[in-house]
Amino acid sequence: MKRLFMLVMIACSLAQAGDPRITVGYTRFRLPNGLDVILHEDHTVPAVSVNLWYHVGSAREKPGRTGFAHLFEHLMFMGSKNAPEGKLDQWLEAAGGDNNATTSTERTNYYENIPSNALDLPLFLESDRMGYLVDAMTPAKVDAQRAVVKNERRQTYENRPYGLASILLDENLYPPDHPYHWPTIGSMADLSAASYEDVVNFFRTYYLPNNASLVIAGDIDPVKTKASVEYWFSDIKAGPPVPPQAAPVAYLAAEKRIVQEDKVQLPRLYMAWLSPAEYTPGDAELDLLANVLAGGKNSRLYKRLVYDMQIAQDVSAFQISSRLNSVFEIIATARGGHTLTEIERVIQEEINRVKAEAPSAHELGRAVNQFEASFLDRLENLGGLADQLNGYVAMTGNPDYFNEDLARYKAIDPAAVRAMANTWLRDDGRVVLSIVPTGKKELAATKEGR
Amino acid sequence: METARTFTPSASPARRHDGLRPLAAFLLAVVLVLNACDVSAQPDRNGPPKLGPPPSLRLPPIRHLALSNGIKVLLMEKHALPLVQVDLVVRAGALMDPEGKTGLASMTASMLTEGAGSRNALEFADAIDFLGAEISATSGFSITGISLHTPLTKLDSALVLLADVTRRPLFPAGELERLRKERLTSLIEWRDEPTALASVLFNRTLYGGHPYGRPSGGTAASLRGISVDDLKTFHDGYIVPGNTTIIVVGDVTGDEMIQKLERAFGDWKGEPAPAPPVPAISQLKGKSVFFVDKPGAAQSVIEIGRVGVPRLTDDYFPIVVMNTILGGSFTSRLNMNLREKHGYTYGAGSRFQFRPLPGPFFATASVQTAVTDSSLVEFTNELKGILKPVPPSDVERAKNYVALGFPADFQSVAQIATQIEELVIYGLPDDYFNRYTERILAVTPADVERVARKYIDSDNLAFVIVGDRKEVGKSVSALKIAPEKFLTVEDVLGPAPVIDGGK
Repeated sequence: MKRLFMLVMIACSLAQAGDPRITVGYTRFRLPNGLDVILHEDHTVPAVSVNLWYHVGSAREKPGRTGFAHLFEHLMFMGSKNAPEGKLDQWLEAAGGDNNATTSTERTNYYENIPSNALDLPLFLESDRMGYLVDAMTPAKVDAQRAVVKNERRQTYENRPYGLASILLDENLYPPDHPYHWPTIGSMADLSAASYEDVVNFFRTYYLPNNASLVIAGDIDPVKTKASVEYWFSDIKAGPPVPPQAAPVAYLAAEKRIVQEDKVQLPRLYMAWLSPAEYTPGDAELDLLANVLAGGKNSRLYKRLVYDMQIAQDVSAFQISSRLNSVFEIIATARGGHTLTEIERVIQEEINRVKAEAPSAHELGRAVNQFEASFLDRLENLGGLADQLNGYVAMTGNPDYFNEDLARYKAIDPAAVRAMANTWLRDDGRVVLSIVPTGKKELAATKEGR
Repeated sequence: METARTFTPSASPARRHDGLRPLAAFLLAVVLVLNACDVSAQPDRNGPPKLGPPPSLRLPPIRHLALSNGIKVLLMEKHALPLVQVDLVVRAGALMDPEGKTGLASMTASMLTEGAGSRNALEFADAIDFLGAEISATSGFSITGISLHTPLTKLDSALVLLADVTRRPLFPAGELERLRKERLTSLIEWRDEPTALASVLFNRTLYGGHPYGRPSGGTAASLRGISVDDLKTFHDGYIVPGNTTIIVVGDVTGDEMIQKLERAFGDWKGEPAPAPPVPAISQLKGKSVFFVDKPGAAQSVIEIGRVGVPRLTDDYFPIVVMNTILGGSFTSRLNMNLREKHGYTYGAGSRFQFRPLPGPFFATASVQTAVTDSSLVEFTNELKGILKPVPPSDVERAKNYVALGFPADFQSVAQIATQIEELVIYGLPDDYFNRYTERILAVTPADVERVARKYIDSDNLAFVIVGDRKEVGKSVSALKIAPEKFLTVEDVLGPAPVIDGGK
């Protein structure tokens, strides 16, 4: 408890001095089987977040088996040797706990939020499925979760207006042999093809203690918690190292224009560019550029398209940053009576302007201040904090990377934003996707109209 | 990123905490666990580990303060991070919308941040964004919430802006026109959203002309009728000190904060206008089935339910436990049946929406089109099944899930302020959080059965289905639940509003 108290004092006093240094204390150790463990003590509420990352996601899939990493994630909930099917959820709920998991291109995370007296329960369950999942796996379980995942795809993509846009963008931004070419949810055909043997092979290749990192954050005593982790996870055998991943270079040599009809009332424009990998030069600059373009009422695109001209219902700009590559996107929905060509023309003017002239110090300051405030918010929730610690470990090797991360944004000057806009937002290397109401292709953005 | 197991349909687990058990019990539990640990041995995997008694939530006290004009202030100090949350809870909502002006409360709330004090809409947005703070104003059926979330270092500047939006909104005519078009366009977008269609039709079926039966953001016709004068009348009548309580959570002390609030709100004057009468709510009689055609839909959205019960019912705690078993958790019967057993859906659940007046009870899921009829059968089975005695172990699990997970809902300053809002809105005592666990844990299997029979009356239900009629209309009719009414999107939302292009 003393440890937390000191941490809090540091954060507060420096924040009030006008130069907040965010510091998140932690204990880190590695088990002999390779499991990387990070403990963070925080007694704000008598609860603990357990957050386990396996460093495998859809980027490790092979064409023909897309969606497998995520399907596998579902199977991790179907019971392991000592926790029969259904028991994981029943036992955790009976202890007052919540649990879930998510899959991205690079990693799969499993987490439990639980009262602090019950910490041993998620450690038992996570270690049991890390070590002994396939002992309880059957083809019938694979079939059951295949059906659930197909419904997830229907609900999240197919039955949702504009739901297929992100899939189309990735298909066109990345070449077919690049692992970001296919969606994490996978294709229906590949989900049908996934077999029991695939499950066993995937488990033995990637679900290894030496390919995982475990964060435990919250109302814990680090010394005692270390002993608990050693107790539950030490009997799991290490596996062969996961081979490094080679990815082909992604580069768009031309502009691609796509028109897709959908069951929607209003046309929506998507402009997407490949951008630098997470934490590499240009990544933070483009985050700030997204804010300058579409963060708040005074941002350039919002003010023109939505506020002044009122030809768009909404506009957003953001970067999806990942390990191998990132994507910078601008999305805008046209109001009735307006075409995406009109929208694109305004967006193009604003891109040209930010390439010609750096944003003002005030615009950039506004963006940086918002990023800075969001860093404080990220420390408030144990689950989010635990996941962030794992994210920083995976990408930088340092769990307490908050201050360095924030410093990236604070160090950027307006000229750097302009320079990165010129480097990355190329007119001759991007995807322009128009989603239009069925039968109304004339609403699409055309190059000629620009 | 795929969230594989997100449990969305009923996601509002009403979770309560245990304020009774001492810290000592928790420490004892840790010691017991540690004694069992021996790194050199194989871990004991024969069944789940024995757990000690759960810890109690140790919340700082809520201080009750007041400004010189009588505004009540509830304040909780939380010094973990240099952040402050200030929530104004104002008794002003859609229940006060005048006849024909549905959406007025909601539009008034939205317009508070479209220019206030000496700043126009753009200047206001720039000021708050530059601080890295957030001010939002939204209105529900009973309450308008005006919230400030700010770094401590920006508190003084942000409070000036908060007082401006609350007390001195400008309501510029041009901004009202802009928001009106934005909302009319949203109504057009709803036509594409099967869950929105289901929800609009379901609420109308349950509540008819009562405000709970209307979209609180307004309809195409009512939005066209809202004027700047309406906004001013609503604001001056309802957004007044007599209707307002201020909740503060964060890195401040009561004494310094009360001075700051006194400067911002102490000289605010105004008496509440009387609220208009609200029509009575009557329960559904018999069964009805509404099928909205969405040609080509990959899934059918199903929503089944009836009028529920007011928040202050004596049966609140048994209902929370009963619904957790039926459809309020991952292991609930609806989710286990429709998702895990049959694979019809990504998630199924149920929910009681608790409000001052009886809100809806509903069970819902998005199911694969081809199994729409089979899903309706399983929904019906579960709504009947919950009327029978529930195994005590299921009741025990649901009670623990609700009660023991509760402390986790008190992490951020915004979360804590939201919890305290419930005390304000329903006039609950300060020890409410501490006593909640005790009252949840006191629920018996007999209570669960009793409230299921009382509130989940499977003979009097509305069924709403939004899906592809050509594919599944006949198979749904073959179930003979009740004579179906087949509707189009137009029947639900009216003709698409035509909006003047551009400005």
